[in-house]
Amino acid sequence: MTQQADNGDSAVQIGGNKTAAKVDEYIVEIVSDSGEGAQKCGQTFGNISGKMGNGVWTVEIIPAEIQPPARSPAGASGIRIRIGSKYITNMGNEAELVVAFNEQVLFSRIANGAYKEGTIVLLENKWETDPDEKIRNQYTAAVKEFAEHGLIVHELPIEEACLKIVSNARKGKNMFVLGMISYIFSREPDLGRKEIANTFAHKGDKVIQPNIDLFDSGYAFAAERLDYLWEIPPYTTDTTKPTIITNGNQAVGLGVMAAGMELISMYPITPATSATHYVADVFDNVGGFVHQAEDEIAAMGFALGASFAGKTACTITSGPGMALKTELIGLAVMAEVPQVIVDVQRGGPSTGLPTKVEQADLLSSIYGEPGDAPKVVIAAATIEECFHFVILARKLAEAFRIPVILLTDANLATGVQPYTRPELQEEWLSAPIDQSPWDDSVPAFDWDEGTGLSQRPIPGQRNGEYVLTGLSHTDRSKVAYDSDTNQTSMAHRSRKLAALQKTLKPPKVHGDEAGGDLLIVGWGSTMGAIEESVDILRGQGKSISTLHLRFLSPLEPGLKEIFSKFKKVMTVEINYSDDPNGPLITEENRRYAQLAMMLRAQTLIDIDCWSVVYGHPLQPGMLQAEFNQRLDALNN
Amino acid sequence: MFGLKADWSVDVFERYFTLGNYAGGEARWCPGCGDFAVLNTVHRVLRDAQMPPEKSVVVSGIGCSSRLPHYVGTYGLHGLHGRALPLANGVKARRPDLDVWVGTGDGDCFSIGGGHWLHAMRYNMDMVILIFDNGIYGLTKKQTSPTTPTGERTNTHPEGSLLPAMNPLTVTLGITNVSFVAQVPDWNPPLLYETIKAAHKHRGTSFVRIMQRCPVFSDDFCKPYQDHPENMLLLSHENGIPAADNVKKLFKEQIEHDPSDWVEAMKIARDESKLPVGLLYRDPGAVVYEDFSAKGLNKTNEEKLAAINTALDAFAI
Ligand SMILES: Cc1ncc(C[n+]2csc(CCOP(=O)(O)OP(=O)(O)O)c2C)c(N)n1
Ligand code: SF4
Ligand SMILES: [Mg+2]
Repeated sequence: MTQQADNGDSAVQIGGNKTAAKVDEYIVEIVSDSGEGAQKCGQTFGNISGKMGNGVWTVEIIPAEIQPPARSPAGASGIRIRIGSKYITNMGNEAELVVAFNEQVLFSRIANGAYKEGTIVLLENKWETDPDEKIRNQYTAAVKEFAEHGLIVHELPIEEACLKIVSNARKGKNMFVLGMISYIFSREPDLGRKEIANTFAHKGDKVIQPNIDLFDSGYAFAAERLDYLWEIPPYTTDTTKPTIITNGNQAVGLGVMAAGMELISMYPITPATSATHYVADVFDNVGGFVHQAEDEIAAMGFALGASFAGKTACTITSGPGMALKTELIGLAVMAEVPQVIVDVQRGGPSTGLPTKVEQADLLSSIYGEPGDAPKVVIAAATIEECFHFVILARKLAEAFRIPVILLTDANLATGVQPYTRPELQEEWLSAPIDQSPWDDSVPAFDWDEGTGLSQRPIPGQRNGEYVLTGLSHTDRSKVAYDSDTNQTSMAHRSRKLAALQKTLKPPKVHGDEAGGDLLIVGWGSTMGAIEESVDILRGQGKSISTLHLRFLSPLEPGLKEIFSKFKKVMTVEINYSDDPNGPLITEENRRYAQLAMMLRAQTLIDIDCWSVVYGHPLQPGMLQAEFNQRLDALNN
Repeated sequence: MFGLKADWSVDVFERYFTLGNYAGGEARWCPGCGDFAVLNTVHRVLRDAQMPPEKSVVVSGIGCSSRLPHYVGTYGLHGLHGRALPLANGVKARRPDLDVWVGTGDGDCFSIGGGHWLHAMRYNMDMVILIFDNGIYGLTKKQTSPTTPTGERTNTHPEGSLLPAMNPLTVTLGITNVSFVAQVPDWNPPLLYETIKAAHKHRGTSFVRIMQRCPVFSDDFCKPYQDHPENMLLLSHENGIPAADNVKKLFKEQIEHDPSDWVEAMKIARDESKLPVGLLYRDPGAVVYEDFSAKGLNKTNEEKLAAINTALDAFAI
């Protein structure tokens, strides 16, 4: 199994006499029942590939139930790994190879359009000889059906091979499979062994060694039995730059710490919780504390109380939790308490699609509170931004004395990608609580006429005593129901957004800044898929560009001017909008996607939209097809 | 707190606070409202404890009684209906140095804030909760509250409140990690003072249910006890709420009750034939949540940066 790196430009020799074919990118899936370790296998494979200089995006395939019945299509649990000789920003289109621990779990993936004709299936074959006749029949029927779908099935005695090393193949098959795919994609086996040693470091040699043995035999097994061998050359030009690999929720967690926030107040909700799981493990080391509240209202109230008392706190949740926090977010706006609120969006409304992606909390985040409640809303477009935007959010919250909602989503939360290791800066950390005496000639809301900004007294500051209230109040925070006070204090709170907007730069057009046929506008996690499809079309000479918004409230400046340079502008979003050709739909009643609705109102330009709620991330292929149609329509 | 110097000049070496230091805006409750008595007592307890006004925070929800922060000259947080407790817990979480008070009504605490009530008692953070129980929704004009007596006519139940009134004492006593439960009528100033003072001294969440007069909407709620003190049962004990003889004289019914005896406290609370007055239960050893939540306050930036760097390195590839 020694790999002889051959620096020739076409192929690499591995093991026997096979030749690795160079490819630009590849999508692999590993699917199993839940609890069989497919995700660990895929993550490790992603790490190895990242270390070898590849672009990587991994995304977990998660069943809705914790322990769905074994061998059930709905129970498909696993992972997709897309690796390439380029920066990878999304999950891509159909997978080209899948390792399946049983045949049933493949059905839901097929129904999801995860595979295409020619996709290679490496299938556990133990079911063929299962004592249960029903299972045997299911297996044979499925294998036949897969072939009819155009899948290329290899039935392999994976379990049998594992049992030579461990007594329970359910625990360990994943490392065997890691060995198999590591061979197939010419991964350095030593990197694999190191990753395994790291993963099981806390369990000691007794666990590490059998797993390495499994990895090695999986590697040998594939070399012996399969004719597939690919190489995906590295893309990173600068391998000296330190790189980290995280998912979006871990990035959020790291961002909370790097921002100097010392309190996360939360209530568990998918897909947000894992951010807290991560932080809970390490928060002690920075002196931070996770408060698991009795519900999301309490989580928000607790965070607000802590922010009021001095240090901006953070609450992390998803759609249903946002709904519960609404009234208190209104209080934070009204009483101008800095606050960081992370909404890891999932499918809604109601309990909706708990584990799946949607971008449908935009309008409720911006306009969700009763009354006028101006606040800052930003959205991360990449996993790296999940980190940096938390730091930004804390700063904005304090500088503008305002709640800041950071929108991410299930796609970012579970997607894993390598990115440049952030270089920590001390100024990212929040300042110590000011306890010096307050100048009592300065009111608690000393609104600046021009910007609406003011400094806040912190409990403990002598002479700063005031009562924070959600009632309409004067600059000295005295309850006041008179018309002038209400009108001017509302104006001051709103002006802060205008003041922030003035500091922003117009967004950059990815493509033709001078304008052209079609401009795609996106926000949030869809950037990778949109840019990838736009780049492909541009490569074909099409006049298409894209622009991605990070600031949603306030909106970034210069949009109208940019939009007017294009024949047509449309948003692409993962939220519901009416199909213009759907039954009963007319220009008068068509419900637009959320960003489109906002942009139409703000720019008075006839902006169109394309949005779906399939529950999975947008794929470049499907966008390409849609954009092509739009371009054709424009030019005919 | 003045020091006489060697040259006989007087030097102010410490601040001394008078009642005026704790005065807030002018209270706007109805004449005869029991809330005034509580407010005055809070001022006095703060003064007698010589709390620096900038170090106290009075938190409340929404209701007549929740106007309390506006009338105290410390920091205040007039929150949302039902949410006083999570807000107060949050204030204390990373600021154990702050002296936290909560003012909340029977609707605010037992109804809309019911969930938070249970959990705040269990967190047992060091604070005083004053429940202004007038057996009615005052601010919104006479709707049934959880403690409205059965049959009492309200604007939502004009034929009379349907259900048996909730017993906040048994509920609170039943919560794991509860550490201080007292009950007191607002019309007995010395007892009110001693009760709130004891609550303030106790480290943990002190739950003080105050029977509060609302002459406008629920005059009948306190009347049976005002007019017939024999309907009340004074709990006395050397570890309980101190009461002078002239105060004791007002209570025809009295028993000795050791506040460390939970089973007896529950028995007394369950017996609704008499309204217990005094300290039902105290456990000075109950776990206090800020002992966890305020850990790590003294980390330096260098320590934090080092820890975050280690965290980042764990993801290095
Ligand atoms: C979310 C919400 N629901 C309802 C109200 C209206 N409201 C204000 S105070 C109150 C009841 C107050 O009763 P209580 O807590 O007993 O206080 P009291 O006025 O009697 O002191 C209600 C229902 C509100 N402010 N917010
Ligand atoms: S309505 Fe009742 S509780 Fe409210 S202020 Fe008047 S007397 Fe007091
Ligand atoms: Mg009331």
